[in-house]
Amino acid sequence: MGYFLFFLLAALCIGSVLGMIISKNQAYNALFLIVAFASLGGLFGLLEAPFIAVVQIIIYAGAIMVLFIFVIMMINIRTGIPPEKKKWTLYLSLGLGVVLIIELVVAIKAAFTLPVSTETLEAGPVSLGRLLFTKYLYPFEITSILIIAALVGAIVLVKKKEKV
Amino acid sequence: MIPANYFMILSVILFVLGAVAFFIKRDLITMFMAVEVMLNAANLAFIALTRSANSLDGQVIVFFIITVAAAEAAVGLAIILLIFRQKKTIKTEDIKLMKG
Repeated sequence: MGYFLFFLLAALCIGSVLGMIISKNQAYNALFLIVAFASLGGLFGLLEAPFIAVVQIIIYAGAIMVLFIFVIMMINIRTGIPPEKKKWTLYLSLGLGVVLIIELVVAIKAAFTLPVSTETLEAGPVSLGRLLFTKYLYPFEITSILIIAALVGAIVLVKKKEKV
Repeated sequence: MIPANYFMILSVILFVLGAVAFFIKRDLITMFMAVEVMLNAANLAFIALTRSANSLDGQVIVFFIITVAAAEAAVGLAIILLIFRQKKTIKTEDIKLMKG
């Protein structure tokens, strides 16, 4: 059952990212990406990380992709993106991608003979929150400053200058 | 229990697909989406190793990555909107002010 779910979600995820690469329409790209992120949330659930799975679906598949779709709506390009003129970049990037994938897989095979731990990890939101507010308290607080800065920065960038 | 290697290989495939998409695609929004795919591949690797190392720290790091990605998406999309307002295009071929 676990293997079936894993291969189903993995195929869904890879397939929708491939669909994003092939499709020319930006709105379809965003919808493909939502499917990919939701199936990644399912994979996180399979890895016994329920809190991260929920956060993934709420923030990535929810909030961030809504932001993307809003921007696509504002930009509103009626004619699709025309096909690339420079074909050689496509072949070059595909070739280099294959090289990179082989390299990384070989590296993983060589570096990890991962022992599967038998003890169950207590990964509920309670222990995660305790860790977040004790060991990682300072990074957590700094993150809030980062978010404020990003918020103010985005507003200042997009704001139209009023003529007085 | 599914071995962590499977998840690592899936994460590698997703990362490479994101990188290839970044170089193939020609509009800024889809390139930005490819960056998000790469970030998610890294998250998947973190979670897989978290389980096999039997420690929760990786999940906290993923939490931070998701937060930073949200901030990055807000600022990046604001910059893309700004470029669109000034140039009336988001294709990378047309944005060549620094190309000499």
